[in-house]
Amino acid sequence: MVKPFQPQTTAAIDNEEAAIQVESVWAGYDGHTALEDVSFAAPRSNIVGLMGPNGSGKSTLLKVILGMHRPWQGRVRILGREIASARRLLGYTPQTESVDWQFPVTVKDVVMMGRYGRLGPLRRPTGVDREVVARCLERLQLTGLANRQIGELSGGQQRRVLIARALAQEPEVLLLDEPMAGLDAAIQHELMTLFEGLRDEGKTLLVATHDLSCTTGCFNRVLLLNKRRVAYDEPAKVCTEELLNEAFKSHLILLPVGKAYYEEHHGHD
Amino acid sequence: MIDLWNWLSEPFQYEFMQRALLTVLMVSAVSAVIGAFVVIKGLAFIGDALAHASFAGVAAAFVLGGSIYLGAMIAAVATALAIGFVERRARISLDTAIGILFVGAFALGIVIVSRQSNYTVDLFSFVFGNVLGVGWGDLLLIGIMTSAIIAIVAAFYKEMLFYAYDPEMAAASGIPVSAIHYGLLALIAVAAVVALKAVGIVLVVAMLVTPAATAGLLVRRLHQIMLLGALLGFISSVIGLYVSYYASVASGASIVLVATCLFGLALLFSPRRGLLVRRRPEIPGTAKSEAIAPSR
Repeated sequence: MVKPFQPQTTAAIDNEEAAIQVESVWAGYDGHTALEDVSFAAPRSNIVGLMGPNGSGKSTLLKVILGMHRPWQGRVRILGREIASARRLLGYTPQTESVDWQFPVTVKDVVMMGRYGRLGPLRRPTGVDREVVARCLERLQLTGLANRQIGELSGGQQRRVLIARALAQEPEVLLLDEPMAGLDAAIQHELMTLFEGLRDEGKTLLVATHDLSCTTGCFNRVLLLNKRRVAYDEPAKVCTEELLNEAFKSHLILLPVGKAYYEEHHGHD
Repeated sequence: MIDLWNWLSEPFQYEFMQRALLTVLMVSAVSAVIGAFVVIKGLAFIGDALAHASFAGVAAAFVLGGSIYLGAMIAAVATALAIGFVERRARISLDTAIGILFVGAFALGIVIVSRQSNYTVDLFSFVFGNVLGVGWGDLLLIGIMTSAIIAIVAAFYKEMLFYAYDPEMAAASGIPVSAIHYGLLALIAVAAVVALKAVGIVLVVAMLVTPAATAGLLVRRLHQIMLLGALLGFISSVIGLYVSYYASVASGASIVLVATCLFGLALLFSPRRGLLVRRRPEIPGTAKSEAIAPSR
């Protein structure tokens, strides 16, 4: 059973075991606030859903956790470590729209980039790196596409390439920005099965989504975000009409509790 | 047969043509290696700008009697770093930063030159290019700069590739993207200076962009673009040298025109992207099929 989250009182105790510990983070761009006093702790071997409408600060929160965006205030710890020393523990998949798909690289090249951070300067990939890449390609069913230029892939395949690259980093904590957007239900299901497999191996996943359809089944916890933390708890407790309306405002229409209806992104893969 | 051989070999009996051939070989290599980044990162304007900015250094060196290459390199690299700095710190767009700084440097060059009463051929060989006038001293400098650029790119290839493809992820993986950002700008500046004497300030951007862009239509990986781009640049240069020799026209412009023609051919007949080539059917699920999906 997942314990309900109590930010202040359990923070010190959770410190040891939390995979991701975010404490009172304020962040934004050019005077525009994107995150207001966000705190949460994701336990190890959990899949945490990060939900909120577009512009609610999901991507910013992921980038703060990754150390790609410096918060104004607050702090982040990964498995008890400061971000600077936790880089190798983290894997990340950006949104597909933020990637240049015309770039002259093959699927294999992109997945190999996941190894570059470990390799360090002036070192070429070794047999071990190639082995890890081959395994990640296989796990995402990309082996047959390894030598394709990335622009020749379908939307679902592109998503898998980004996930394969993140896995090639051999992370303990995996942050995924909208991995489901635009994919059809069958592929979403495949991805969720993959995520559950990773969780069972002891990895911790933080999955950002504005799509409410896949929450109840597979997330251990859901962080509902709209600049500030609206709720953080088990999916059934978070996905109530009241809380969802508070986070999404008028962006969605609700069916009976727990079965949120989604309006955007009917994926076609 | 003997006639054809004579026709082909005659120009290269002259030492100045041999030097020209060596020069274009190195210029082609450097231009393609750096040009590949220029093309994929959309930095053509900056390549053009840095070549123009080098004019300030050329003019200053000319007036002070120093090495014109050294002057050009200092001016181009300084402008490159200033552009990178202004873009990052002043929150203005890259092309605005380039537009302000390179015109400033070019204007400075003109001011310096306008103080001089005698414009010499030497100065103008930098503006319009004169590959046939490259001396052994020039060749040595070009050789050193070429080796340095290729060695640097070879050493940091994986970091530069990662940075060019996905700077945010590269940063998150601990790649020093800021150093690579400035390093790439400086390398473009040095590459522009290498190509300066061959084709001249106004045509440098063509050497940086055209062969790499042509290669980009034909192959699908960055290092292949570099290798094929170098080959295409060299072929363009050799054909351009013949045209220049037999038709008595400007060498730099001939080289660039041949390169442009090769690009045109690739654009029309590239197996993957050619305008006149039937392409394979669209892969289902790409943007196109999403666009026509019913929007309930």
